[in-house]
Amino acid sequence: MTGNDILQTVLYFGALAVLAGPLGLYMARVYEGAPCGLDGVLGPLERLFYRVCGIRQDEEMDWKQYATAVLIFSAAGVFLLYFLQRVQGALPLNPQKFGAVTPGLSFNTALSFVTNTNWQNYSGETAMSYLTQMAGLAVQNFLSAAAGMAALVALIRGFKRHSANTIGNFWVDMARGTLYILMPLALVYSLLLVSQGVVQSFGKYRTVDLVEAGNYEIPRLDAGGNAVKDANGDPVMEKAKVTRQVIPLGPAASQIAIKQLGTNGGGFFNVNSAHPFENPTAFSNFLECLAILLIPAALCITFGKMVGDRRQGLALLAAMFLILVPLTFLCAWAEQGGNPHLASMGVDQAASALQPGGNMEGKEARFGIADSTIWAAATTAASNGSVNSMHDSYMPLGGMVPMLLIQFGEVIFGGVGSGLYGMLIFAIITVFVAGLMVGRTPEYLGKKIEIFEMKMAALVVLIVNALIKLGTAIAVSTKAGTAGIANPGPHGFSEVLYAFSSFAGNNGSAFAGLNGNTVFYNTIGGILMFFGRFWVIIPVLAIAGSLAKKKQVPAGLGTLPTHTPLFVVFLMGVIVIVGALAFMPGLALGPIAEQLMYH
Amino acid sequence: MSAKKIKRSLFEPKIVRRALLDSVGKLNPVYQIKNPVMFVVETGSVLTTLLFLHALITGRGEASAVFILQISVWLWITVLFANFAESMAEGRGKAQADALRKTRKDVVAKRLSKPARDSGVTQVPSSGLKKGDVVLVEAGDIVPMDGEVIEGVASVNESAITGESAPVIRESGGDRSAVTGGTLVLSDWIVVRVTASPGETFLDRMIGMVEGAKRQKTPNEIALDILLAGLTIIFLLVTATLLPFSIFSVKAAGQGSPVTITVLVALLVCLIPTTIGGLLSAIGIAGMDRMIQANVIAMSGRAVEAAGDVDVLLLDKTGTITLGDRQATLFISAPGVDEKNLADAAQLSSLADETPEGRSIVVLAKEKYGIRERDIHALGAQFVPFSAQTRMSGVDLNGRQIRKGAADAVEKYVQKQGGTFPAGVRAAVDDIARQGATPLVVAEGPSVLGVVRLNDIIKGGIKERFAEMRQMGIKTVMITGDNPLTAAAVAAEAGVDDFLAQATPETKLKLIREHQAGGRLVAMTGDGTNDAPALAQADVAVAMNTGTQAAKEAGNLVDLDSNPTKLIEIVEIGKQLLMTRGTLTTFSISNDVAKYFAILPAAFVSIYPALGALNIMRLSTPQSAVLSAVIFNALIIIFLIPLALRGVKYKPLGAQTVLRNNALIYGVGGLIVPFIGIKLIDMLITALHMA
Amino acid sequence: MPRMIRNSVMSLLFMTALTGIVYPLVITGIAQVAFPGRANGSIVEENGKPVGSALIGQQFGGPGYFWGRPSATTPYPYNSASSSGSNLGPNNPDLIRAVQSRIDALRAADPGNRRPIPVDLVTSSASGLDPDISPAAAIYQAGRVARARGLDVAKVRDLIAENTRERFLGIFGEPAVNVLRLNLALDNLK
Repeated sequence: MTGNDILQTVLYFGALAVLAGPLGLYMARVYEGAPCGLDGVLGPLERLFYRVCGIRQDEEMDWKQYATAVLIFSAAGVFLLYFLQRVQGALPLNPQKFGAVTPGLSFNTALSFVTNTNWQNYSGETAMSYLTQMAGLAVQNFLSAAAGMAALVALIRGFKRHSANTIGNFWVDMARGTLYILMPLALVYSLLLVSQGVVQSFGKYRTVDLVEAGNYEIPRLDAGGNAVKDANGDPVMEKAKVTRQVIPLGPAASQIAIKQLGTNGGGFFNVNSAHPFENPTAFSNFLECLAILLIPAALCITFGKMVGDRRQGLALLAAMFLILVPLTFLCAWAEQGGNPHLASMGVDQAASALQPGGNMEGKEARFGIADSTIWAAATTAASNGSVNSMHDSYMPLGGMVPMLLIQFGEVIFGGVGSGLYGMLIFAIITVFVAGLMVGRTPEYLGKKIEIFEMKMAALVVLIVNALIKLGTAIAVSTKAGTAGIANPGPHGFSEVLYAFSSFAGNNGSAFAGLNGNTVFYNTIGGILMFFGRFWVIIPVLAIAGSLAKKKQVPAGLGTLPTHTPLFVVFLMGVIVIVGALAFMPGLALGPIAEQLMYH
Repeated sequence: MSAKKIKRSLFEPKIVRRALLDSVGKLNPVYQIKNPVMFVVETGSVLTTLLFLHALITGRGEASAVFILQISVWLWITVLFANFAESMAEGRGKAQADALRKTRKDVVAKRLSKPARDSGVTQVPSSGLKKGDVVLVEAGDIVPMDGEVIEGVASVNESAITGESAPVIRESGGDRSAVTGGTLVLSDWIVVRVTASPGETFLDRMIGMVEGAKRQKTPNEIALDILLAGLTIIFLLVTATLLPFSIFSVKAAGQGSPVTITVLVALLVCLIPTTIGGLLSAIGIAGMDRMIQANVIAMSGRAVEAAGDVDVLLLDKTGTITLGDRQATLFISAPGVDEKNLADAAQLSSLADETPEGRSIVVLAKEKYGIRERDIHALGAQFVPFSAQTRMSGVDLNGRQIRKGAADAVEKYVQKQGGTFPAGVRAAVDDIARQGATPLVVAEGPSVLGVVRLNDIIKGGIKERFAEMRQMGIKTVMITGDNPLTAAAVAAEAGVDDFLAQATPETKLKLIREHQAGGRLVAMTGDGTNDAPALAQADVAVAMNTGTQAAKEAGNLVDLDSNPTKLIEIVEIGKQLLMTRGTLTTFSISNDVAKYFAILPAAFVSIYPALGALNIMRLSTPQSAVLSAVIFNALIIIFLIPLALRGVKYKPLGAQTVLRNNALIYGVGGLIVPFIGIKLIDMLITALHMA
Repeated sequence: MPRMIRNSVMSLLFMTALTGIVYPLVITGIAQVAFPGRANGSIVEENGKPVGSALIGQQFGGPGYFWGRPSATTPYPYNSASSSGSNLGPNNPDLIRAVQSRIDALRAADPGNRRPIPVDLVTSSASGLDPDISPAAAIYQAGRVARARGLDVAKVRDLIAENTRERFLGIFGEPAVNVLRLNLALDNLK
């Protein structure tokens, strides 16, 4: 690793830590319904929303009503998004005249965006109309994020309230999250991104003449756009002279801003934030990367503020940082080391003032190693899943870092809302074990952790685990599953394991060599994303309901403090050990075996 | 015969023999399924046994028959070890129960037709008695059934229950009216109204509790069970999916063979938390057993566990915080009176006073002024005993009339004789009261000589215990009938956090409810009938065995020693129980890391030889690596049985410190120990050519 | 329940209108006014004629041009209608073969140059549209370009230096040379 790698990493996490504070406190005010400074502008809009939608603002919901609202709202989102993709050909704002998206892909994409996963089996610039992108995909970028945050806020209320039956009103939480948090941030972010060169236009794709024309052999296509095969089954090649280039356009900046802020990650273009129009400069890269972890980090502060003990939020944030930062360095170290195969071929992989060096396959020159690996770690720690480099081409150890971060359960920052409620589930498990160790019925934030909470917490951890493992097992045992694998050897296994971790963890990034746009992966992926999202949200809300009913136990000397370094270390131990133990065998057959082959 | 004095060594041969037999009987799957972790191990044992038979018969097993057999045998041993741990814990209780059962002989009871001694007596077997029957118990009789004395007074030997051989007095009315079936009346007679039906007596319940027959899982235990079951399912998924993973990897690598079922089962058993799973019920039973060793009978396992959670401890002042009796500590003479004269008069007046207070005055006078004790008869003195009318006691000696008593009583006395009560004495009296002590005024005829200060004596070491409690986060509240002034002074001296002065049953109940409304768990001790409502309200209620039936019914723990400070010990046992579970869970999970390093390279090295690098313990062969891990996993259960039975050492420290210590010992220790253990076993196996 | 469904549908429609229509329209409006060039693809014009985007790389294969990063887009490199990386794993023989053929091509075009080749010049970019190469990769090619164009190497190196973008604030990102701009500068020399 170079000094600059370290400096960039430190500055990135430093900026994140600094910004998390004020944003977190602001969000606490938003969710507590306190004046937050934007009421003058957004208040009327908020009230209009309640009036139009027939929402009674003061009505409280119990956990079952809250969960029902989340589910119905999400279901409606899935239907609308599916519908929009299927009929986009007949709708306006489609300058490239894209036809309907196939049913399987529409199903997968709809679930993918509503579950805040944003797994992309499509290529934005060749499949989605501007209208689908902005009024379909980008809308779910807002709403799935707002729903995740709402569920978190409901859980926080569970800790905070006592002897209460209700945990808030989903419509109010969702609306306030969207209006007061996501929209203003996205507005500022969009314009900053446009200033760096991210496109924002409704114009047609432009075509320009190339400076130097090229001659290529390309597969001949039949009328249906499929490659023509010869007798041996090889594609028939034909000579082609390429003299022009298409410059794709679209309302990208407005969508990229929210895809980063809302830990969605679904790119406007196929290669996501590696595309120069999504992420043109080092500054845009810094901004977007910051956006990935900004709200998840700030929510820790929000949590501390709302439960009335800032240290509680800081402790969780500390645990997140302490797991992520070393892994970020590990990833950078692995990538900066370069590919030993290339070293023996006379390729210069050493970092210098003139080149980043390292393993540059699948990375952009303007980002080099540091910006790529920080992003890779951040986007998988958060369940964002946008990429600015191709994880599939990472060194085995470098690629294991993002995979492991997903497998930790998407709780190291995690998705907006979903990450912290996942983290709180781990905190509950930690409190349980640690509480027993100090000889008391475990309590967290004054709430006794009892049978019901343990049941739900165990369920959450179990579900995500089961989905990843069973999904991978099915995929590697079936022709349909193995057909999509692009790379040979253990790396192929890594591709599948990564994909299912990403589905179940609602991350959305991929070892993108895997061809996911097949009936098999579209279907199983859609199902896994659904369960990975809602089978977690429901138990979480159930815990919220159960906690809200409990009495508040005042803390004493015998109470295990949950804001101390010791607790942070214990919490990290539980996350790492549960994650590592559950996935070590799989990783051994993938990245670990591949890495050891070098030695 | 004394139940209490049976202090058993951990591995008493008789118990071990019985436990060994029991552990085989517990292989019954119907029994095992109650413990999901061990049920999985047993299923694995059966599976590997079948694989062994298959390999043996067909000669085409997935691995060598010898290897499968060894794994299978060790898996069975793992189950047996866990069963043995449980049986050991139960065995200790059973031995106790046997001793108790011996006392529950069927005796012939003398049933009375009317609740009066002279009514007609019918001889009936004790098992034929019903609740509400009235029986006569005379010297030499065994009390046939639990009951309440309604007439008479007798000395009773209760050693069968309490282990205490000194006889106790049981009499009708008041707080000492309860008698327990199986105890022996030594002298006199009593008429007892039976308060329990056969099979529901105190003795029956006690036997039930020790035997674990009625042991229900406590909430924390269930929650832990859920966590362990969750982990078990995760590891089940890990190992089950490893088969398709490895089949795929064989294809991808173009070499090697998929992992065998035997190795998968071995891996599964090593990963699931067998250590805690195998010892969990033993820990619970042993916790109950430790209560019994402390001579406390828990009426439910829940009560034991709740004891660990107690936030507030209500303690009676007298007998718990202070010695039952006050002691003279100072003489303050009236103006113009020599202090020595006061001491002399005070001693004279107390010579015949056999109350502890009186004795302490004699002793103080001797210690401070060298006034020797005199023989009251040799002096020709006439002792005037304390009476409710005068509220004074004293002595008439050669015309001198010395009296001592409460200030107002003495004041009345001197005024009647034409004397006055000096202002200086009044001030001293008030001062003493303010200090939390009791003033006793001494007068001779019409003149007041001075005041003797009687102090509550705080029990030795109690202040330190309270400091420990504070460390543990437990608030102590002193309950006393004293006025607030006195109470505050005693409370300060004893180091309790708070006090309730001029306590009545109502105020006690109110105090408990207030704390509970604040989310706190309250523990208290009590013995009298008027304690019953408070006992019933408290979360942890320790009734004194000497107490009334009502108190015992209301409490969820009964202290056979009737020692009010026992509550502190009970809290510690409760905490120890939870801690043992927590630490062994942590230990169990930490162990898995080393097991991965043993088994994973062994399982996959044929597919990816590079994975041999993970064999950081340098175990000799893949077979010995798997076998060593399995053997370690089994042996660790046996090694930890003493810990499970004795409980983790408890020190009264803050939660933070306790967690740090335990995390270091059982968490970090749990990471390291198996690396060493597995390596040693591997070396042994290799030396013995077992694999 | 019916009310909840009504709330859901209405909320979804309201939010779709707000975040899906109003929000992007507002951003587009501001962007088109404030950053018309950048919002529309940072088009580079040469003599009033668009020749590409400053942000989208083009394929250069002649010895007189600086070559950019290898591109893995299909069916031909730098197909900006379909961005894509190679997604080849580090141990994939296809990767090794591809790198070897790029090395061979570079060596063939510049036989005298035996220096180690900067890694970004033989590995495909993430987007397949990377507009940049590292300064090292540019300098590596300076000799070949100078020879092909009959220029002084020092002159070409100066041009590289002029077209090198330093790190943002001297810290973030990597120094990079925009291949299109550098090649246009070369063309404009005469």
